[in-house]
Amino acid sequence: MRSRTLAALLVTTVLIAGCGDDAADGPVRLITHDSFDVSIEVLEAFTAETGIEVEIVPLGDAGSALNRVILTADDPEGDVLFGVDSTFLTRALDADLFLPYRAAGLDQVDASLLPGDDRVTPISFGDVCVNYDIAWFADAGLAVPADLAALADPAYAGLLAVQNPATSSPGLAFLLGTIERLGEDEAFAFWERLRANDVLVSDGWSEAYYGAFTHASDGDRPLVVSYASSPPAEVLFAAEPTDTAPTGVIVDTCFRQIEYAGILASTPRADDARRLVDFLLSPAFQADVPLTMFVFPVRSDVALPDVFVAHAVLPERPLVMDPVRIDAGREGWIARFTDTVLR
Amino acid sequence: MSRGGRTGGRGRGAALAVGPLVFLALFFAWPLTLVLSRGLGVDGALLAPLRDVLTDPYLQQVARFTLGQALASTLLTLLVGMPVAAVLSTLDFRGRRVIEAATIVPFVLPTVVVGTAFVALLGRLAPVVDLRQTTLAILLAHVFFNVSVVVRTVGGLWRHLDAAPVLAARTLGATRLRAFLHVTLPRLRPAIGAAAAVVFLFTFTSFGVVLILGGPGRSTLEVEIHRATSQLLDLRTAAALSVLQLLAVVATLGVYDRTRRRHAARPLARAALSLRPAAGPRDRMAIAGMLGLLMLVQGLPLLALLERSLRVGDGWGLAHFRSLGAPTREAVMSVAPAVAVRNSLLFALAATLIAMVVGTSAALAAVGGSRAGRLMDGALMLPLGTSAVTLGLGLLLAFRTGAFAGRGAILLVPLAQALVAVPFVVRTMLPVLRGIDRRLREAAATLGAAPRRVWREIDLPIVSRAGLVAAGFAFAVTVGEFGATIFVARASNPTVPVAIHRALGLPGAVNLGRAMALSVLLALITGATVLLIDRIRVGAVGRF
Repeated sequence: MRSRTLAALLVTTVLIAGCGDDAADGPVRLITHDSFDVSIEVLEAFTAETGIEVEIVPLGDAGSALNRVILTADDPEGDVLFGVDSTFLTRALDADLFLPYRAAGLDQVDASLLPGDDRVTPISFGDVCVNYDIAWFADAGLAVPADLAALADPAYAGLLAVQNPATSSPGLAFLLGTIERLGEDEAFAFWERLRANDVLVSDGWSEAYYGAFTHASDGDRPLVVSYASSPPAEVLFAAEPTDTAPTGVIVDTCFRQIEYAGILASTPRADDARRLVDFLLSPAFQADVPLTMFVFPVRSDVALPDVFVAHAVLPERPLVMDPVRIDAGREGWIARFTDTVLR
Repeated sequence: MSRGGRTGGRGRGAALAVGPLVFLALFFAWPLTLVLSRGLGVDGALLAPLRDVLTDPYLQQVARFTLGQALASTLLTLLVGMPVAAVLSTLDFRGRRVIEAATIVPFVLPTVVVGTAFVALLGRLAPVVDLRQTTLAILLAHVFFNVSVVVRTVGGLWRHLDAAPVLAARTLGATRLRAFLHVTLPRLRPAIGAAAAVVFLFTFTSFGVVLILGGPGRSTLEVEIHRATSQLLDLRTAAALSVLQLLAVVATLGVYDRTRRRHAARPLARAALSLRPAAGPRDRMAIAGMLGLLMLVQGLPLLALLERSLRVGDGWGLAHFRSLGAPTREAVMSVAPAVAVRNSLLFALAATLIAMVVGTSAALAAVGGSRAGRLMDGALMLPLGTSAVTLGLGLLLAFRTGAFAGRGAILLVPLAQALVAVPFVVRTMLPVLRGIDRRLREAAATLGAAPRRVWREIDLPIVSRAGLVAAGFAFAVTVGEFGATIFVARASNPTVPVAIHRALGLPGAVNLGRAMALSVLLALITGATVLLIDRIRVGAVGRF
């Protein structure tokens, strides 16, 4: 009887489940988010040089990946975590997940990107900014909003799409940017005006960009919260080769997110894990970051690819918020956002 | 085997129940308990988190909306699905099988892709009627996804109904409508109830569609659980909400069970007696009407998706499909579409096999209608009504070490997928199994047929036909499954939905085009596979 065979199979599986754990001799496991990527040749060069095999373990978005590591801290699914960003840094540090380490090459990182804590190493950064559809504004004969405050101008009613900060990382970054710029109370007054201006709130980046943004969808929103690196991606992934970016960035709205890596304290292979973090901060990996993950390398001695030089915007003074303040305020601000904009 | 036939064998029914129960305990009950105990056990009080959730006015509003939209979606899906099922299970015409297979295609499409198609469609319609960011848009998307549940579940039973009683009623002067209402409808009730229960559970836990199409202020319990788990790491609230969701699901199943018991099963015919060749203008009108209805609720969004996949720059072409031949860049995580298609098919076939074994055993064990059988039948429905986030977290906590850890996680993919597919198998098989006419068996036995022969001649044809319908269903459910897959599928085994998700993670026309082309490909493969499964003949059983 087949059901009996299955039952026997399941019982056997459970019995086997007690044995066998290859964490100590298999590849080094890099836990990360779904957006992680690296060129094959860059990773193979690392393995050839060090003899260390790397297994990449993507565990959902940045928040989910960190939460899963926290929940399984005694026996995690990997040795190194990459992708903790500034919005979740304090949660990660409070959970005491990481071993202290000073990676080789840290002296090449700009001081503004250092976390002031040697348990995490900065690897990349990106700016969340409002993007605009250049052709749409030209056709409409409308000036592009000059700054953050202008988004609430009735002239731009029904034009902006943002993401829900409760479900989306860029959505949270944009909310934090408004609070950093305007102060908490003024920021939520600003969100009230945005609501009156018919702001569209979607749950994630893909839904806003590919579901509402006029340039990338049949939607009716020529303004969308995205990244400073989106215009070079539009050039690189255009349907027909082009030299001009179809979208632009409103620099005044940019909020900076820094991504960190840390060695998980429970790893049985701390030495290999340190080599892996060194690799993430090595010139080879850093130079690979722009075109694989569309973020910026933290090392200042690494050249950016041409398409980034030509089309990416690096704001001189992006909005930045202290991780401790983010951690203290996040939950309350998300609740207040829900109250103000979504009810 | 006893003289009473399979259903009479109490011991055998109990033996059949062991497999499904072990499966459910291991891959559902245990993981769920781990999550709930973490969330609810923390401050020693079980009821306090529940009370906090129940007294929060915002969450009350969310719960009301969740329930309301699920009820409305179920009703609307039945209203659309019943006429379609009626035509497809009474009239035989060229292309009937293709249409039936096509109705299931939406099931496999990732919600974000459907969302994009719907946004495109609603944008076109906006000058006439603006449905953007409305509850009606959510309901229409739910009908789009779920209409095949009604068509397949109800149609599966309808096809086996003996046409004689209807003909008798008509001969006695009843109108078509009267004959339907008083003769056919009562006999269909078990299947209608089953379909309604599944659609309700699906829409009650709906996630992506609500967020994409609903807009601000239209959150569901599932969204709140996701938020509490992934963003806030507030397992207390997440667990309380999950319990609330489970209670609602159990209550629904209770109501469904009561209505089902009131209507005893009616005898079924061996072959598809209700199906007759379409003839005359009346039949043609019925077919045209059904096609029009399907076109409206399913065809238009699918065409919008197809159009999107063919749009290249300002014109149309096959560039996006051609681009699937090679990965966009030489990176570790970039997915070659052929590999993703292969992974999807292998996972789905494995999951279908598991779901068929578990589901068929469960249906055979439950067919006697004993109390234990009913309880197990209901318990197998629970995974459908459980938050995918909660279950995913539970599977992680339960299996992060041992055989399913690391490379072994690949085994967990079809098992997690099967969890979602088993209820479909049970729901499709059970009404048909219950309807097998005992008198037919007894007659055969009286005429001297050995038990094995009775099973082969009477039961097997009906059971295997229902099994094929169920298998097609299970396949479609698993091939498009995303929640469990992204949770366990490692970098080396991406499926098509995972590849679509990754393509949609970056800006650029090429990425969107690839995602849309992959979705069309997934839809075509699924439609073709379901058509193929539907056409399988079981050994010597012959034609139905």
